[in-house]
Amino acid sequence: KGKKTLFQHLVFLEGSVFTVAVASSDQHSPITAHSGSHKATDHGSHNNTGKAFPVLDLNYENVRVPFEISLWVLLASLMKLGFHLVPHLSNIVPESCLLIVVGLLVGGIIRGTGETVPPVLDSKLFFYILLPPIILDAGYFLPIRPFMENLGTILIFAVVGTLWNAFFVGGLLYGVCQIGTESSSILSRIGLLQCLLFGSIISAVDPVAVLAVFEEIHINELLHILVFGESLLNDAVTVVLYHLFEEFSGIGSVTLLKGFLGVISFFVVALGGVLVGVLYGILAAFTSRFTSHTRVIEPLFVFLYSYMAYLSAEIFHLSGIMALIACGAVMRPYVEANISHKSHTTIKYFLKMWSSVSETLIFIFLGVATVAGPHDWNWTFVTVTVILCLVARVIGVVGLTFIINKFRIVKLTTKDQFIIAYGGLRGAIAFSLGFLLNKEHFPEREIFLTAIITVIFFTVFVQGMTIKPLVELLAVKKKQEAKRSINEEIHTQFLDHLLTGIEDICGHYGHHHWKDKLNRFNKKYVKKCLIAGERSKEPQLIAFYHKMEMKQAIQLVESGGGIKMPSAVPSTVSMQNIQPRPSTKPAPERAIPQLSKNKEEEIRKILRTNLQRTRQRLRSYNRHTLVADPYEDGLSDLFLKKQKMFQIEKKMNTYLTVPAPPPDSPTMCRARLASDPQAYSIKPASNKVPMIQVDLASPQSPDSVNLLDEFGQANQQEEEEQGLMMKPPSRPREAKKPSEEDEAKDQQRLMRCLSDPGPSADEDEDGAFLP
Amino acid sequence: MYNYKHYCKNLHKYIHIVDVCFFTVSQEQIKNLYQRFQQLSGNHEKISRDDLERIPALNNNPIRKQIITAFFDKRNQHQNDVGSLDEIGFEQFLMVMSHFRPVNSTATEEEKVTVRKQKLRFLFNMHDTDNDGIITLDEYRTVVEELLSQSGAIETEVARSIADAAMLEVASTNVPHMAPDDFYEGITFEHFEQILKGIEMESRMSIRFLDMNTATMRCGKLSS
Repeated sequence: KGKKTLFQHLVFLEGSVFTVAVASSDQHSPITAHSGSHKATDHGSHNNTGKAFPVLDLNYENVRVPFEISLWVLLASLMKLGFHLVPHLSNIVPESCLLIVVGLLVGGIIRGTGETVPPVLDSKLFFYILLPPIILDAGYFLPIRPFMENLGTILIFAVVGTLWNAFFVGGLLYGVCQIGTESSSILSRIGLLQCLLFGSIISAVDPVAVLAVFEEIHINELLHILVFGESLLNDAVTVVLYHLFEEFSGIGSVTLLKGFLGVISFFVVALGGVLVGVLYGILAAFTSRFTSHTRVIEPLFVFLYSYMAYLSAEIFHLSGIMALIACGAVMRPYVEANISHKSHTTIKYFLKMWSSVSETLIFIFLGVATVAGPHDWNWTFVTVTVILCLVARVIGVVGLTFIINKFRIVKLTTKDQFIIAYGGLRGAIAFSLGFLLNKEHFPEREIFLTAIITVIFFTVFVQGMTIKPLVELLAVKKKQEAKRSINEEIHTQFLDHLLTGIEDICGHYGHHHWKDKLNRFNKKYVKKCLIAGERSKEPQLIAFYHKMEMKQAIQLVESGGGIKMPSAVPSTVSMQNIQPRPSTKPAPERAIPQLSKNKEEEIRKILRTNLQRTRQRLRSYNRHTLVADPYEDGLSDLFLKKQKMFQIEKKMNTYLTVPAPPPDSPTMCRARLASDPQAYSIKPASNKVPMIQVDLASPQSPDSVNLLDEFGQANQQEEEEQGLMMKPPSRPREAKKPSEEDEAKDQQRLMRCLSDPGPSADEDEDGAFLP
Repeated sequence: MYNYKHYCKNLHKYIHIVDVCFFTVSQEQIKNLYQRFQQLSGNHEKISRDDLERIPALNNNPIRKQIITAFFDKRNQHQNDVGSLDEIGFEQFLMVMSHFRPVNSTATEEEKVTVRKQKLRFLFNMHDTDNDGIITLDEYRTVVEELLSQSGAIETEVARSIADAAMLEVASTNVPHMAPDDFYEGITFEHFEQILKGIEMESRMSIRFLDMNTATMRCGKLSS
């Protein structure tokens, strides 16, 4: 019996997890008292040994709150694990649905044990703790280029579309309530303003739900950014409308002046939010400029400044979401140029982790809150709401697209419109906003809540589950798994300049002209302020090339050499196939540089073959897959690597290529990474692409891996020797006899070991700087 | 100020040009371009390189030389001629500009392919300065060097290695198996198309203001 009580007790406490975390009202104290008394009896019944000094004591009260919070988070994480263990479940049902079901179950269990289900989706908790990580994650990794290119479309959908939805739903709902029902029913007492408020709550597309569903269907980038961008930017509209109608319903009347003020307040809210975000973003970027000596707390600045931006915006009732997005998007290019690679990885992982957990918790809580109620089911109201929401969305999207297509170069097809309309999911934000409503002003709050929940369920379950097969059915263009090749990068830049030039010749100040101006302003003034040291001068093409080199080198180390790897395009092309044949080979002493040049080219070839390999990461916002970090292999892989290394060593010798590494080089690499952060940060002394120098196996050989300039002056005695230089420092640079001596030296060379290759050595969705 | 009479007299000819180029355009746009042309040429009939080089906004453009050359390149006039002109008239100007028209959304797949080829051909001609039909390594190196020329003191070695890497990539993608002694001459037009197939040229390489979809004429002729 004691066990059963304890179990009940645990479940019950689990249920009341956030009652203390949130500033809660008196209704929770009876529960606390109840639990207190409950525990006392428990305590008494167990403690029957009668010892004077309790050796083993049960004191749950002290740890109750953190314990419960951790239990919830643990539950969420275990659920996430579980879904992916079940083989086909995640393909059919999107995770969000499963999580809501879990929430329903948990809520049901809590209710089943006779306890009151706590209001877990309390608005404060939701808006201040659960929502910001998701939005920051979205904002920090927002692909700037497609977002900016489609900004007009996104804004129109977000602002005009949401307004249309709100008024359409609210207005028609009011009409239905008045006309469709008897005058004595509760519905007819709902005023127009209340209906409009309801409309504004329910009309906003929810970023959390969109993210959760869209990231599983891998749709093409344009559609993704349109729906997702809309869900982010409509927050400003929602905030304004909500406060507007809430205040009006309180007063009970509306004047034209107030309406006009409402319009003004929209601009204030939106632009003010963005401004706050930009300010904090610049502050963060500026701070990151000085963090070269305290690398460990770099990620903290990113998180803190962003959160402060959010909270500051909320102080003034500005749009916190827009502030957060602006902050993340603005700070990113500069912060990433300043911080170390490890910090970048940390930021990325933390953001993904927090947003993932938040999302899971939100959906679970949605389920729990559904069970909790309070509900007031009204068939008419609910069904009309659902239908109206769908209809409004479709009409809105179709109508707006018709107008937008007049201004777009890449038009939106019918299929696109369908997906955009179908992807308008509602989520927890709507519920929380409804929850915030004051009961005195809104006696019909429960009806609203029930309707909101129904709409959320409908969109998430029905639309969420069917969107994937529909995408397949309609053969909507999927996201291209394109490797960003260096040719594409060169030509993207080339095109940018070309189009800017043509625009200048035409005298037309278009899109490209302003973008070019912004870029030049950015390069000339902003980067100098916000980026430390020499990185501010690095042009994007070089940064990109540099990233690619590093990535290849990482891959090379990771796979233990390129020979055995199945490359996507197996190719025997190497540099010597491309280099025009030198006209003469004058003197025999040039034979040696010739040889080493071949070696270098072989090395390059190996590196280049990795260019063809498919990328390990999707270029999108998939929360579940992160780039395969080469350093996250466990020690168990080390042994495998060692074996590979030995095999490679044999092969390497026949190819005269990348020399065999010492057997423990990965360990040394890892040890190195763990310790000295400064020696390996990439700060090229000047505008040169850093190069990896490999040292001979000298007595301190493991310690002498460092980075040099690839084209450092000291190395340029002969012009053939370009590319990656693998020279031992002790070897004199006169001509020597080729073959055995060189081979011997080769074998002693260390494999390149990458330490701290600078921020974002792995790809990102975008270039390192503003496009 | 433009020579209105001259313009009207030749309007049908201008429309014919853009017909040949298989793009939709409106009279309004032709008029705008004509006005600009007159402005650039100082009300003369033809413009020379100097006229274009005088445009101040172009000074910041790293590839301005190539852009200006492209206007005077006979290959872009679609008359199977090679070489370069010293001066161009409005028709030739329009011909070059028409490469930057966005493709009509009602175009068929075939038309889109043609348009794409044309735009890529324009780009190819910009790179292939000696008109031998291939972009050699040196030409490509020049391209990259020019691109980076405005970014401060970039050493040529960096530009060269980037160009080398890019060339290697083209070779690897298009001719995967080469013996060590084979020599990859350069990027042919087919290879060029292949490596850039990830970029949607039809929409990327277009100037927005030319896309007033108040199309008044549209021809059905397929250009070469």
